[in-house]
Amino acid sequence: MAAEEVVARLRSGMTIGIGGWGSRRKPMSLVRAIARSGLRDLTVVSYGGPDVGLLCAAGKIRRLIFGFVSLDSIPLEPHFQSAREAGAIEVTEYDEGMLQWALYAAACRLPFLPTRAGLGSDVLTVNPQLRTVRSPYDDAEDLVAVPALPLDAALVHLNRADASGNAQFLGDDLYFDDLFCAAAEQAYVSCERIVPTAELAAGGLMRLRVHRWMVAGVVEAPNGAHFTSCAPDYGRDEAFQRAYAAAAKDREEWARFAATYLSGDEAAYQAAVRAAALA
Amino acid sequence: MTATVAEVCIVACAEAWRGDGEIAASPMGLIPTAGARLARATFAPDLLLSDGEARYVTGTWALGQPAPGPVEGWIPFRSVFDVVWAGRRHVMMSPAQIDRYGNANISAIGAYTRPARQLIGVRGAPGNTVNHPVSYWVPRHLPRVFVPRVDMVSGVGYDRAEAAGQFLDLRRVVTNLAVLDFGGPDRRMRLVSVHPGVIVDEVVASTGFELAADGAIPETRQPTAAELALIRDVIDPDGLRGREVAH
Repeated sequence: MAAEEVVARLRSGMTIGIGGWGSRRKPMSLVRAIARSGLRDLTVVSYGGPDVGLLCAAGKIRRLIFGFVSLDSIPLEPHFQSAREAGAIEVTEYDEGMLQWALYAAACRLPFLPTRAGLGSDVLTVNPQLRTVRSPYDDAEDLVAVPALPLDAALVHLNRADASGNAQFLGDDLYFDDLFCAAAEQAYVSCERIVPTAELAAGGLMRLRVHRWMVAGVVEAPNGAHFTSCAPDYGRDEAFQRAYAAAAKDREEWARFAATYLSGDEAAYQAAVRAAALA
Repeated sequence: MTATVAEVCIVACAEAWRGDGEIAASPMGLIPTAGARLARATFAPDLLLSDGEARYVTGTWALGQPAPGPVEGWIPFRSVFDVVWAGRRHVMMSPAQIDRYGNANISAIGAYTRPARQLIGVRGAPGNTVNHPVSYWVPRHLPRVFVPRVDMVSGVGYDRAEAAGQFLDLRRVVTNLAVLDFGGPDRRMRLVSVHPGVIVDEVVASTGFELAADGAIPETRQPTAAELALIRDVIDPDGLRGREVAH
């Protein structure tokens, strides 16, 4: 399906999980499609990178559920910083392990999962909705009961997929993409290349971790994670990321950047990126 | 050979992992990374070190360079959390603010609902501090870092030990001026040593709360000749260490 068809299935106010980690293997083509859509008031769940930044810049986020937002080689995400410092978004900030537990609880249809992560920290102070639970066994330990975080939709970008939604990571890390998909009512996989099912296992059986029962639709999006990394197909476009981060710090510079790269559709974006690389 | 401040700091960071045995050392920042590699290359050979991505690698390699391997394990982010929860890890993080009990902030400065400065977020700091040993690295020892009260407790300190549970274990704080630990009264921060050329009054003046101290404060130990050679020739031949700490 096309990115626009994915967007057409989403609604304003939805809770949307975005896979990848920091500035790594983010479903950026789908994120760009949301950024230019009429969707608004989204609750976004992410191990955040420029996906969060772009959606902040486009004014799409009402609430962010996160553990961090970073561009990795550039530690802080400028659009996310601006949005927070302007008080423009609400946040639910978790320890990054709590976020995994929240998704896993949803995927397992459990009301919560217990953990020590968060105990004693201000994560419990700024999130008064969080409760602790006492172990029913002899230790009687108090633990954080991380509530399940069911997603209306999940967006992930994998290296390969077949047309029915079986998808494969070819780099070193799946991140939490399978959990995002399993925690979601509807999950959409974008991928570098759609291949026949018969070719998938040859890429490594243990890399086939996203299954069609989790997935509602597949989009072929070559270079779709750009400018984040999508190893081994391509690395992070560090020069482009530097330009993005520099532009994000200044209103006029950002307007120029957006006019160059974000005013058209995905094909126009990819063409502008190719043109910039040649310049 | 006279050691630079950065080299003294690398050794002081390395010392954080002495005696840790077969656990994962997770350094954040250049100086702690150099320290962890130095520790493993010398007195802590059993440490596990990642390449910064998803592989445990053996050997000793240079800052800023890819790890040549050999690879000894696969450690995607999900497995990192497993190591955290198993307690088999000692991380060295870099706080924007830290108080006398070791509460550390890496999330946001100022009012939480609308911060004056948004930082990276709490990341794994809450889980790290209640699960396994944690140390801190402060490249610039300033009153605005060593504060009476941090704005958002990301890493948990000893005044919250009861809530934090049985595994809270803050080890040491290494700065460009000194080494500190939490051996003071009520597990408050204590001055352990000052780096060569630094006087105690300078550390006191650079700290926004009262430091505990037991008697005369010794000097942080100098790198040995072998350690200096390892740092200069193997771990940081390109001199990146000077980026985090002035020489």
